[in-house]
Amino acid sequence: MKMNIISALLYILLAPLAGALMDGVGRKISARMQGRIGPPILQSYYDVRKLLGKQVIAVSPLQSFLLISYLVLMVLTGALFFSGSDILLSIFVLSTAATFLYFSTVITSSPYNTIAASRELIQIMAYEPAVILACVGFYLAAGSFQVDEIASTNTCMLLYTPGFFAAFVFILTIKMRKSPFDVSTSHHAHQELVKGVTTEMGARNLALYSIAEWYENVFLMGMAGLFVINSHWWSIPLTALLVMATFFLEILIDNSNARMKWENMFRLSWEVTLLAAGVNLLILMLIR
Amino acid sequence: MAKVKESPWLLHYDGSSCNGCDIEVLACLTPVYDAERFGIVNTGDPLQADILLITGGINTQNKPVVEQLYAQMPRPKVVVAVGTCACTGGIFKECYNILGGADTTIPVDIYVPGCAARPQSIIDGIIKAVDLFQKRSDEHDALMDKQKRKEG
Repeated sequence: MKMNIISALLYILLAPLAGALMDGVGRKISARMQGRIGPPILQSYYDVRKLLGKQVIAVSPLQSFLLISYLVLMVLTGALFFSGSDILLSIFVLSTAATFLYFSTVITSSPYNTIAASRELIQIMAYEPAVILACVGFYLAAGSFQVDEIASTNTCMLLYTPGFFAAFVFILTIKMRKSPFDVSTSHHAHQELVKGVTTEMGARNLALYSIAEWYENVFLMGMAGLFVINSHWWSIPLTALLVMATFFLEILIDNSNARMKWENMFRLSWEVTLLAAGVNLLILMLIR
Repeated sequence: MAKVKESPWLLHYDGSSCNGCDIEVLACLTPVYDAERFGIVNTGDPLQADILLITGGINTQNKPVVEQLYAQMPRPKVVVAVGTCACTGGIFKECYNILGGADTTIPVDIYVPGCAARPQSIIDGIIKAVDLFQKRSDEHDALMDKQKRKEG
């Protein structure tokens, strides 16, 4: 119990640092892939520090409140996950957080934001089945929804759940807002939605959003790591290796694909989820 | 005082230019010049931008657009006029619809001359703008502190 609280606290304190570093390393790797030098590793941290000092121009005063709710729920998602509690609970809190982001977007009633908000909902619809199915996969393989019990089994989950993992990595591209599925925000300049859901966020509000993204990315990487970690000591370096490989793969996908239309994103993600996770689910149910 | 000069975000607006300077502005972001190594991001969103980069002259139709973009940028902010047209009106100066350079509409801080301005000089202008941005930010913070003390 004590361990659980400590790891949740560690997540709350260290995830922003890890998330900022991850973001910086990601931008650096992207730049190197494009033959550029790229920004410093701490660039994301510099950006947020600057944003916190700028004049606040908010279209709606409610936007800050909704974004703070988004951040708090995102922290709660990861804290629940890393404290070893029910993984389904984490996922439901994550969905609630996403809803708050949606509301903080539509409340501004700007045309760019309105389109981006509806795309955000489509994104949620596209990735949600794979995330829920991953939890089902953990349950079928480990016999429990508790993260600490899944993490302390004798075998590597990935041996039983390769299909669920494939589907999860596929939708991770949507969740981490990387190209080709980055339809609701556009982190590359000059795209048709200006900045998507973040168009009307400036200064402190954008900083809140960025910090929430850091927490979210660390949580997502934790969830990817859950596929490997088990009670053996060798699983720890293996988990680190898998998380780094997954992160690198996402950057590679981001750099080698052009934006996709939302219809294609939706169809592809459901197809991959049904094929990979669905077949894996059937096999797991047969052998058990 | 917070250090803000590591993270200058640009908003690029194309007035009535021939697009020569716009191509050079985009060239700054390519692997050869790689402006992102200074933390520069080309945002396209005035709410998130710190530096307004204007190319081309101001005409009667884009005057209100430029004014609105400038007003939408949160303080502190810096304006850079890139190319001869944005500095003075350039070759289009005598046209019936041209008002002149960017400074006929909004206060311009840095002038980058050239037709078209070379990427090297654009980056040089941005670096000068970044220093000014830091100075303005410090002044902004000091002003805010003073206001807070007055209220408190």
